[in-house]
Amino acid sequence: MTIDNKVLLKIIENIAVKVKENKEYLTELDSAIGDGDHGINMDRGFQAVQEKLPALADKDCGTILKTVGITLVSTVGGASGPLYGTAFMRAGGVSANKYELNREDFLEILEAALEGIKMRGKAERGDKTIVDALEPAVLAFRENLQSPNPLLKALEAAREGVDYTKSISAKKGRASYLGDRSIGHQDPGATSCCLMLEALAETLEPQEA
Amino acid sequence: MKKMINNPEAAVEEMLEGMVAAFPGYIKKLENFSVIVRADAPVEGKVALVSGGGSGHEPAHAGFVGKGMLDAGVAGAVFTSPTPDQVFEAIKAVDSGEGVLLIIKNYTGDVMNFEMAKEMAEAEGIKVASVIVNDDVAVENSTYTTGRRGIAGTVFVHKIAGAKAFMGADLSEVKRTAEKVIANVRSMGMALTPCVVPTAGKPTFTLAEDEMEIGMGIHGEPGTKRTKIQPADQVVEHLMDKILGDISLNEGDEVAVMINGLGATPLMEQFIINRKVSQILKEKGIKTHKTYVGEFMTSIEMAGFSITILKLDEELKELLDAPADTPAFKQL
Repeated sequence: MTIDNKVLLKIIENIAVKVKENKEYLTELDSAIGDGDHGINMDRGFQAVQEKLPALADKDCGTILKTVGITLVSTVGGASGPLYGTAFMRAGGVSANKYELNREDFLEILEAALEGIKMRGKAERGDKTIVDALEPAVLAFRENLQSPNPLLKALEAAREGVDYTKSISAKKGRASYLGDRSIGHQDPGATSCCLMLEALAETLEPQEA
Repeated sequence: MKKMINNPEAAVEEMLEGMVAAFPGYIKKLENFSVIVRADAPVEGKVALVSGGGSGHEPAHAGFVGKGMLDAGVAGAVFTSPTPDQVFEAIKAVDSGEGVLLIIKNYTGDVMNFEMAKEMAEAEGIKVASVIVNDDVAVENSTYTTGRRGIAGTVFVHKIAGAKAFMGADLSEVKRTAEKVIANVRSMGMALTPCVVPTAGKPTFTLAEDEMEIGMGIHGEPGTKRTKIQPADQVVEHLMDKILGDISLNEGDEVAVMINGLGATPLMEQFIINRKVSQILKEKGIKTHKTYVGEFMTSIEMAGFSITILKLDEELKELLDAPADTPAFKQL
């Protein structure tokens, strides 16, 4: 698994498509326990990202990821903007000047993204947030780093994490005002995070994801 | 949806343009950003105050930009926090070198976006401090939640910290004063009808004809309970019980009161509400130093109101009484 900057751009493009396809779904999930705009906000952000992609064609992976982050921060708003924005900016920080990413690089990127989100959102696993999908995915990727397909293991773990959010009550974000009434609902943030990993896996392993 | 707008996507921008057209001597809009600043910004030698949040709370926050209150009001999309680059532009536009205080309402998105803006400004060498307002007693505070929301009590923070900055205090003193207000202010609200976010086009929740929601926030997020509608006095008693149960007030103490309409509650009802609030305070021997009745922090066209009680000491009284001259808050 080696990714060059062209493939990275393709991944970002596919994430944007995936977010668009799931705009209504994410908004529906958010209407149940939040303020019902997650899909709308994420789609607005990734549309802005898509417009920037052509200009990034020859740039290094760090610049690409940072640009995605800055664009999300300035267009998404709410809590998702700073969270995903920070994640991509941190990911860009550890991949500066690289035109190719191997597995180890990719692990570093995922870890930096996770750390960024946890720092910005002050969230831990079990709070019913993005972290419930992303942290298990990063751990699975690390554990299976030398196996044939760490990415599919990561995606599997993220999907389990999304399911797990249905069983817990929210401790962060507007959903936390609901207390136990948030139990039974799937977290929109964990879901959008899982969709991004899905787009990533589908780009790199089209036949298996 | 029945609204007098042109295009839901352009509602915030067009509103700001209209505001500037109405108060050209007071405020101006930063080009390319939904940010309103004082017409004479940056004010030399003064700590600057920046607040903001989602739109839909008019006259908050831009309406409180002016002498004795805010230097900038940052307007996000309706009910969505502004982005860090917007807040950063506001900070740069109002900083005179004396530093900037960010007044943030306690919502996850607002806190994160303002914090990122603070980091961006600090990286450019601007002194920035921040306070988080969490006056809504409807939401129980615990380590397991995001904590209490910031609602209409925020306007008292704007007023009092604004007066402190006007008098020439430094950034740490202005911040201390803002924190003192936050420690002494409590609010709670209720709603009779939901509101419609222009881009969503439908109500954020539904209430039956004979129902009301107690402990309503200012975004249509859930309250603490839904009941059959009751007479005003009974509702006020319930809200005042919660508010007064959360702050220690003794006979002889002085307070400021704010009755805040959420957008579609007529002044007739607001005064009926204030009648009961003032009776309750009188019965308890608490002295009402000043009362504000009107729309300060709305929730678009929601019918409902909030009550805010601010416990005063000599310092807060003096600062509250100081003059202010802004589009939506004038005091001689």
